[in-house]
Amino acid sequence: MVKRLFAYIGQYKKYVISCIFLMTFDVLCEMMMPFLMAKIVDVGIPQKDIAFIARVGGLMIVLALAAIGFGVLNMRFSANASQGFAANIRRALFDKVQSFSFSNIDYFSTASLVTRLTNDVTQMQVMLLMSLRILLRAPLMLITACFFAMSINLKLSGIILIAMPVLVISIYFVIRSAEHLFSTMQQRLDSLNNTVRENLIAIRVVKAFVREEYEKLKFKKVNDAFTKAAINAGYLISLAMPVILFILNFTTIAVIWFGGKMVSTGTMGTGELIGFISYVMQILTSTMIFSMVFILYARAEASAQRIVEVLDAKVDIADKPALPEGGITPSVSSGKVEFRNVYFRYGNSVNSNGSANNNGFNNKMGKDVLSDITFNIESGEIVGIIGGTGSGKTSLISLIPRLYDVTAGQVLVDGTDVRDYNLKTLRDGIGIVLQTNVLFSGTIRENLLWGNENAAQEEIEEAARNAQAHDFIMSFPDGYDTILGQAGVNLSGGQKQRLCIARALLKKPYILILDDSTSSVDVATEAKIMESFNKNLKESTIIIISQRISSIKEADKIIVLDDGKISGIGTHEMLYESNTIYREIYDTQQGGLIL
Amino acid sequence: MEENKKVYGAGMRGGRGGGGRGVRSFEKPKNLWGTTAKTLKYLGKSKFLLIVVIICLLLSTITALAGSYFLKPLINNYIIPGDFKGLAVALLILGIIYMVGAGAAFLQSRFIVKVAQTTTNIIRRDLFDKLQGLELRYFDSHTHGELMSRFTNDVDNVQLMLESSLTQLISSVLTFIGTVTMMIILSPILFIITAIVLVIMVFISMKIASKSRYYFKNQQEILGELNGYIEESISGLKEIKVFNHEEHAKKAFNGINEKFRVTAANANFLAGVIMPIMGNLNNICYAATAVFGGILILMNRFDVGSLAAFLQYSRHIGQPINQITAQINNIMAGMAGAERIFEVMEQKPEVDNGNVTLVNACRTPDGSLKECEERTGLWAWKHPQSDGTVTYTELRGDVRFFDVNFEYEPGVPVLRNVSLYAKPGQKIAFVGSTGAGKTTITNLINRFYDVNEGRILYDGINIIEIKKADLRSSLAMVLQDTHLFTGTVIDNIRYGRLDATDEECINAAKIARADSFITRLPRGYHTVIRGDGGNLSQGERQLIAIARAAVASPPVMILDEATSSIDTHTERLIEKGMDALMAGRTVFVIAHRLSTVRNANAIIVIEHGQIIERGDHEELLALKGRYYQLCTGQIELE
Repeated sequence: MVKRLFAYIGQYKKYVISCIFLMTFDVLCEMMMPFLMAKIVDVGIPQKDIAFIARVGGLMIVLALAAIGFGVLNMRFSANASQGFAANIRRALFDKVQSFSFSNIDYFSTASLVTRLTNDVTQMQVMLLMSLRILLRAPLMLITACFFAMSINLKLSGIILIAMPVLVISIYFVIRSAEHLFSTMQQRLDSLNNTVRENLIAIRVVKAFVREEYEKLKFKKVNDAFTKAAINAGYLISLAMPVILFILNFTTIAVIWFGGKMVSTGTMGTGELIGFISYVMQILTSTMIFSMVFILYARAEASAQRIVEVLDAKVDIADKPALPEGGITPSVSSGKVEFRNVYFRYGNSVNSNGSANNNGFNNKMGKDVLSDITFNIESGEIVGIIGGTGSGKTSLISLIPRLYDVTAGQVLVDGTDVRDYNLKTLRDGIGIVLQTNVLFSGTIRENLLWGNENAAQEEIEEAARNAQAHDFIMSFPDGYDTILGQAGVNLSGGQKQRLCIARALLKKPYILILDDSTSSVDVATEAKIMESFNKNLKESTIIIISQRISSIKEADKIIVLDDGKISGIGTHEMLYESNTIYREIYDTQQGGLIL
Repeated sequence: MEENKKVYGAGMRGGRGGGGRGVRSFEKPKNLWGTTAKTLKYLGKSKFLLIVVIICLLLSTITALAGSYFLKPLINNYIIPGDFKGLAVALLILGIIYMVGAGAAFLQSRFIVKVAQTTTNIIRRDLFDKLQGLELRYFDSHTHGELMSRFTNDVDNVQLMLESSLTQLISSVLTFIGTVTMMIILSPILFIITAIVLVIMVFISMKIASKSRYYFKNQQEILGELNGYIEESISGLKEIKVFNHEEHAKKAFNGINEKFRVTAANANFLAGVIMPIMGNLNNICYAATAVFGGILILMNRFDVGSLAAFLQYSRHIGQPINQITAQINNIMAGMAGAERIFEVMEQKPEVDNGNVTLVNACRTPDGSLKECEERTGLWAWKHPQSDGTVTYTELRGDVRFFDVNFEYEPGVPVLRNVSLYAKPGQKIAFVGSTGAGKTTITNLINRFYDVNEGRILYDGINIIEIKKADLRSSLAMVLQDTHLFTGTVIDNIRYGRLDATDEECINAAKIARADSFITRLPRGYHTVIRGDGGNLSQGERQLIAIARAAVASPPVMILDEATSSIDTHTERLIEKGMDALMAGRTVFVIAHRLSTVRNANAIIVIEHGQIIERGDHEELLALKGRYYQLCTGQIELE
């Protein structure tokens, strides 16, 4: 997975290549040092050649200065490369996520998508940065140090052949047990954090039920479990260091023993021995760092996998590759809607790619949410949809702008199957106000312009008036330029809903869908909104989901949903006569309210 | 060899959520010494182990220094003269020194793990326990994220400081002092070269560090902006799709992404640039030492063995300096974290001066109450009097407010002169605009907050005299925002009463009309809920929360917008079940939907913190006041 992501280095490849060259030069400069030093000790000193010593010493200083240059440039380029790499991945992820269908969004939860775009990308960036700065150095050092060590004394280099495997095997065992211990530790850390988070969020519940002691006990358990795992992992690491030190030090002793003999027999110089020891240390250190590569990549692998999962996600709702026969792109022209024997269930297409579902379970999955839905809406009609919690109201309207695709049957807009439309064209023709009522940080105007970015002030105001939002907007000191969000004004639920309606109205849609969008708006204001719809949106088809019968009583047609099936269609009077569910809902709401 | 330790440590720690090398922190505690003293108090519990750790540290540093020094006698006395027997003995001694060093390093890191982990364990527990006892006001003024980061970032930093920074700082300082001493012993003249290079090193590293700090801050700011944008656009992704706004979002994202790329690359560069500069200055020092050392040997003022030893020292002199700067940064971050943790721990806890407690009671033949051991279903307030006697009052759920004034912030009154009564068996509903003070009234009953003026009597007892825990266990609340805990559905219901049987929980679920959807879950009542019930709908979560309150079966129930996401039909069914459960007890209902409150015995209309109307549905309609206007839709509930 990590490998696959390397393709995203893209235009920053030049930095990566420069880094490799710079590092090679840097390592060569550094590796020359002990070699040159050996020359001073073995040639310069015995021959009492001060000029030679100064020349070699001068060369060493020049090399060190050059190495500073290479090193600094390497730092610059590695920073550029890794941040560029991260920026490219982030962008690819963001672009991909923008192409997601609603099913994709449901499948990856919001929180998990945010983590993938932030933490996981940072992991990849750190991985590349570390690779270019430290890890890539290891094999280069290993090779050059081996070369210099062997060129000093081939026979003595045999020691390396013994020491290296011992080191590699020890490290292998440490890593193998470490992976297990660290993943246990990570799991327990997650559950520790989860316990704290839940406690903080629900602190009122805790206090209301006097569960402080219970919570303390719960925390003590997860806290102790984590500490135990952390100590176990820490113990392993505390064992690793001395073992490695031990190997390194005993290799030194072996080199001195065998090298010492060679020095006294004259087959090796003292300086060469000192130099050789330096090289052996470099070799073993590099081997160790090199094995870190595997740990780092194993870590990065988990992040890479999560990133690739997003990049590879199959987007189940996309434009048809080619235009339908005849070659004309259909467009929404009047706002007729037809459902023909529609069946729908969640998650049948996206989850088939086999990866585990993050949600643990999804009780909506695998069950038909809508079954055998057939109805017809004429252009310009106002249609109400009513039904209990979970009866499938939202699912039903989601099929019209193709937020989800039907499982079976057909949804037609203006006589054309919604799947034959260009997605953008289809959604441009439909205005929908979702239940979530999300507004974005920025001014009220900026938010409304989402409906139509070229709208003039008069159009904006008209839409706001129709949604009964103009008056409260003007009551803010900054009017339409009032800033929303954390830095700005907090709106009440009803105000938010009206802004969302205005935003949808600005689209001047052929079909307007309101999903329980006036639940926090009072009855009188709601009535005014409906009135302006009747007056000013005669051309548009309007579909309204509501829990309040008062909102939809006047509709041309009311669809009563019950457990995913149509229980009745008709006007208020007809349904009140013939439909028991409708009558029951009406009666429970009617009792206290004079309407 | 110090280098190995550093790299290894960093590599292994990567998984602990830390950002690793790429990220640096530049933080300072406000009161370093005070915080140090408090931290030491925590460490005091592991005094003995700490002493062992310091001894081991000393041992391993000395053995490392001695190992390098050994080169001198090895070369001068044995290798050059060719004395192999001597060499063997010397190498054996060296081997023992190394063994001792490795052993000391092992014990040191093992014990410090134990010390650090047990200390942070206690800190975390104290912090958590402390939080449980804090007033709600504290949670109002601090976000969850902020308190969460006490447990994550701050404890992490403390842990890093204790486990590695402190010991590495000590060992670096010891190594540095030792190395300098050995160098001076070997050759004071050669040490002058080293000293010059060291001064240059310190100067450069200080210069870079201050620049680096600036860029780091910059990077953090833009990172906040970038993450904020990602967060917002992903939370609002469905809106983006519905408005065909994808291209806009991509463009805006790209702008921030690019800005971050450039800034972060600069910060990364400056954070890293110190490494090659220091490393190669060290090499220059090495080269100069080799040259001058060679010349000194030629002048017969030095020997090859000493030069070898000196070069060993000189090669690694830069490392303790890098370590010291890095570790001081980490320690400062750790101390800043510790300071924030202690700030929380020093918060004033929730005051509870109540001495009236709730006890199981039974009736004596003469009709008075007496305390008894077993759960009788009859409860009494045990009220110790000043003369030493104890009186018992039956728990009935009679709540009265007398001229209550309350403000969250000084000068902003939320409730003004509120007087009301709720008798056992009554259902009292509160109606009013958002912010009128409905929820505040219920928060005063269970003493989430205390009144500023006036009194609240519960069964005739001023609630200030009742122990908070006992007061609250006599009330059950279903709050506006429903929160569930990770665990099975049935455990979540049992949260209302820990000793409830499975049957009682299921009965409660039936009353709350939650039974039918729960049994349809993959594992029924034993389905595990995660992430605050994120995979349940808001309505389903509300049903479980109602069941949780129902299983507590308390004399007083408070339902704060408890059914706002439940359809009116189901709501009516729940109401029936609740009415049966709460027969003869007191219920407070807050609802936005007027149909929810219609059947209440008394509807209290609140505006701007004052009660403006009280009566039942019919009476209030007849009054033609605010309630009438609300019902007829003449005014807006906002």
